[in-house]
Amino acid sequence: MTGDIVGIPWIVVLIVLPLTGGMACFLFPTISKSLGLIFALAIFTAVVGLGWQLVEQGAQRYAIGGWGASLGIDLYADGLSLLMLVTAALVGLGVSVYSGAYFSREKAKHFWPLWLLLWAALNALFLSADIFNLYVTLELLGLAAVALIALADGADALNSAMRYLLVSLLGSLFYLLGVALLYHSFGSLDIAILAQRMEPTPAVWSAVGLMSAGLLLKTALFPMHFWLPAAHACAPAPVSALLSALVVKASFYILLRLWLEVFALTDTSLGQLLGLLGATAVLWGGIQALRQTRLKLLIAYSTVAQLGYLFLAFPLGTNIAWKGACYMLLSHAIAKAAMFMAAGNILRFCGHDRIADLDRIAQRLPLTLTAFALAGVSIMGLPPSGGFIGKWLLLEASMSAGQWWWAVILILGGLLAAAYFFRVIGYAFTRAGLTHEVGVVPARMEWAALVLALAAILLGFISPAALELMGIGTPFGGERAG
Amino acid sequence: MNWETALPLLIVLSSLIPGLIIFFLAEKQVVARITLNMAAALIKLALVGVMLWGVFHGHHYEIRLPFLPGLDLVLRADPLSMLFVTLSASLWLATTVYAIGYLEDSPNRSRFFGFFSLCVTATVGLALAGNLLTFVLFYELLTLTTYPLVVHRGTEVARLAGRKYLIYTVGGGALLLLATVWLYTLAGTLEFTARGFLSGLDAVHYPALIIIFVLLIAGLGVKAALIPFHGWLPQAMVAPAPVSALLHAVAVVKAGAFGIVRVVYDVFGIEFAASLGVTLPLAILASATIIYGSLRALFQDDLKRRLAFSTVSQVSYIVLGVAVAGPIATIGGLVHLVHQGVQKITLFFCAGILAETLGIHKISEMNGVGRRMPWTMAAFTIGAFGMIGAPPLAGFISKWYLGLGALDAGQNWVIFILAASSLLNAAYFLPILYRAWFKAPPASWPDERSFGKRETAWALLAPAVITAALTLGLGLLASMPYSPLEWVRFITEQEYAP
Repeated sequence: MTGDIVGIPWIVVLIVLPLTGGMACFLFPTISKSLGLIFALAIFTAVVGLGWQLVEQGAQRYAIGGWGASLGIDLYADGLSLLMLVTAALVGLGVSVYSGAYFSREKAKHFWPLWLLLWAALNALFLSADIFNLYVTLELLGLAAVALIALADGADALNSAMRYLLVSLLGSLFYLLGVALLYHSFGSLDIAILAQRMEPTPAVWSAVGLMSAGLLLKTALFPMHFWLPAAHACAPAPVSALLSALVVKASFYILLRLWLEVFALTDTSLGQLLGLLGATAVLWGGIQALRQTRLKLLIAYSTVAQLGYLFLAFPLGTNIAWKGACYMLLSHAIAKAAMFMAAGNILRFCGHDRIADLDRIAQRLPLTLTAFALAGVSIMGLPPSGGFIGKWLLLEASMSAGQWWWAVILILGGLLAAAYFFRVIGYAFTRAGLTHEVGVVPARMEWAALVLALAAILLGFISPAALELMGIGTPFGGERAG
Repeated sequence: MNWETALPLLIVLSSLIPGLIIFFLAEKQVVARITLNMAAALIKLALVGVMLWGVFHGHHYEIRLPFLPGLDLVLRADPLSMLFVTLSASLWLATTVYAIGYLEDSPNRSRFFGFFSLCVTATVGLALAGNLLTFVLFYELLTLTTYPLVVHRGTEVARLAGRKYLIYTVGGGALLLLATVWLYTLAGTLEFTARGFLSGLDAVHYPALIIIFVLLIAGLGVKAALIPFHGWLPQAMVAPAPVSALLHAVAVVKAGAFGIVRVVYDVFGIEFAASLGVTLPLAILASATIIYGSLRALFQDDLKRRLAFSTVSQVSYIVLGVAVAGPIATIGGLVHLVHQGVQKITLFFCAGILAETLGIHKISEMNGVGRRMPWTMAAFTIGAFGMIGAPPLAGFISKWYLGLGALDAGQNWVIFILAASSLLNAAYFLPILYRAWFKAPPASWPDERSFGKRETAWALLAPAVITAALTLGLGLLASMPYSPLEWVRFITEQEYAP
């Protein structure tokens, strides 16, 4: 029995399932809600299956059609891929449950095929072993995301979808140029082969520059974050959750993977530059979030800041720093998805998301407010939560590397997060005599947000096991060295 | 899982689980809520009693959960943690009774009592913390769970007070976290150890250790309301009276002071800290806080504000006792952790009773109130005399040992601080007592509620009378076995043993 489960090529299943699901939802729009949820559950199960396989057999490489690298398409899964897949599966399941109640029948018809297509692109991206496939999946991901943003009504949404499309295409284009340069230099697209043949030539440096620029644009690292707040704030709530939690992380994943395996550039000035930009993002995003008067914009700027944390690992480059950044990535994804969902509930309840008028939320939507608060604990990096673990590991890494200034940034970022987060909570507790037009929030939407937020807290208690899983196939190098 | 690992966890869970259940109770399920609250408080106290007995008889209670690579969450009972746990659990019981009486008919009670229980959970958690990481975790949790209590009334003033509270405490928490991580990278462990775990470190790290000490004290000093970090405490007075009791006696302020004790004794070790030269500045800071708090208290007409500044002053006795760096002063400081708690909670209970029954908030409105409410004012008087340090009350014992200890450690200047502070204490408490007992009452009280023959609701009065009796008992029976004083001697022997 155990052997059978381990024997299934879960890597392929993980890509085929969401694709099939997307098609099924497209063909049978009337039952797309139930179909989507069933497929979401199936994908979640498949991720668990892959995890089991990795634990039993170590990192997996799978050659599609048996062709093998350099000619055929290889898929590869190790602890880092697993982390990303788990992130996508957790958020994906939460979003699927939430969306079942969020969208009208008309919108649902469009949402489900697009969302499952996006999920397929994500999974394929996390499992790709060569840089061209990464490009294809990245492009697919961008297009699906643009279409999802455009699901929202109004000129604003269309506008930001358009801007997002341009940014996304530009980013991919830069990346593709880099791919071409690398292929020209080394005659291969496979990451493992590239890693062996890598040598510092001008062409490689150009490729590194182009690919990094493209990926940073898509990851919205400061100062290339300009497109993010509008896009993430305008989209429908479940889509905002997906964009902030998963889509920006995909391009980060590619950058991380290339950096760790191909470029091996740790301890260089480029790493310091990324750290510096990350630090600026943490502070700038935090300050901007503090200045917002609308809840969804605040959350979007918070994403800008949180993405900055991920880049603090680059100048440090130690095992513990990478793990810290990855833990940050995971817990931010889950907490931020919960936060956007909670904001969606609030928006539906009040009909607006002006922070200063959020009175009565504490009394009328206690579950949603709890979800928001618990997610906030993780975002602020207070214990016990996933965010705290990530922050602790990054703090530890920067203090042991003697680069204490990153630690100061981490602390300041946490303070800023507390400032903008408690501004919202403070207003939610005030009592106002006003009566609003009250919209009904389905229980399912409240619970989906709450369960995800609880998961973000729970991550604070399972870090030894989670870090163990993340280290399968040693994606971050040895325990001591970078 | 046997009894010795289960007990620390059970003590934490005994308020966590009821707290979580209470959140889901409807407002009108009064009986269920009261039952849960009281049962939780009594069970916790019983468990603490068992543990106290066990620790005295040499049992070793500890539970570890893996939390981070190389670091565990540790809950452990040692004599010092038992001192704080017992104090919190006992005063929590009194405060629960009081809060049930106080919040009769007010809105959002489920939310209030839910956070109330979580707050105590965080307090016993940090009392039982066996390493600095666990301490930090519960310390932050305490910030988060007290915030909704501070803003409970939902007014604009409450919101601003809550904001101020957060700015101070979250900032303090951040400093604490930074220092903790730094310490971990230097020492490779965070386990609380009698006489500290840092003395073996290379002398190159001494400057870093001094900075860490400053960061830790600043982070903890926020909750302990050391100057210049005391600003949140007087403003947090907008919270309901049971919350004030919680802030001043059971949980928050005490958590800060307790943390400083832990850092000085079980992280640095008192002798090592003294050799780094950090204890004298700490003693001076504590002395300045004592005098400053008393001076500010003199000029407050609002009763709760005067009591708040009095807390600023009194809590620093604990820090002073620790920083004087001698075994006898340590006894004085540690025992004041208990004595200040019992006395201050009495005073706040009484202030709440005055506000609820007669609508009195200002000292200038207290003329002749002793005749209208003799029991309440009797309790208040005992608490106030305890604070002044009049024998044979609890506060006298603390001051006696503090003074003796300072002389013993060759720090004679501390005597002047103690004397000046006692004079100031008398100067801001005696006028209140004079007004209450000797001036003629006004024709009518600001906002009087009638309770029939009784002077006020029994649920409000009983806790106040009991804690006042405790104040007297702790002083009179200080030398009896099992008294806090004896327990503190037991602790001190471990920290100063050769």
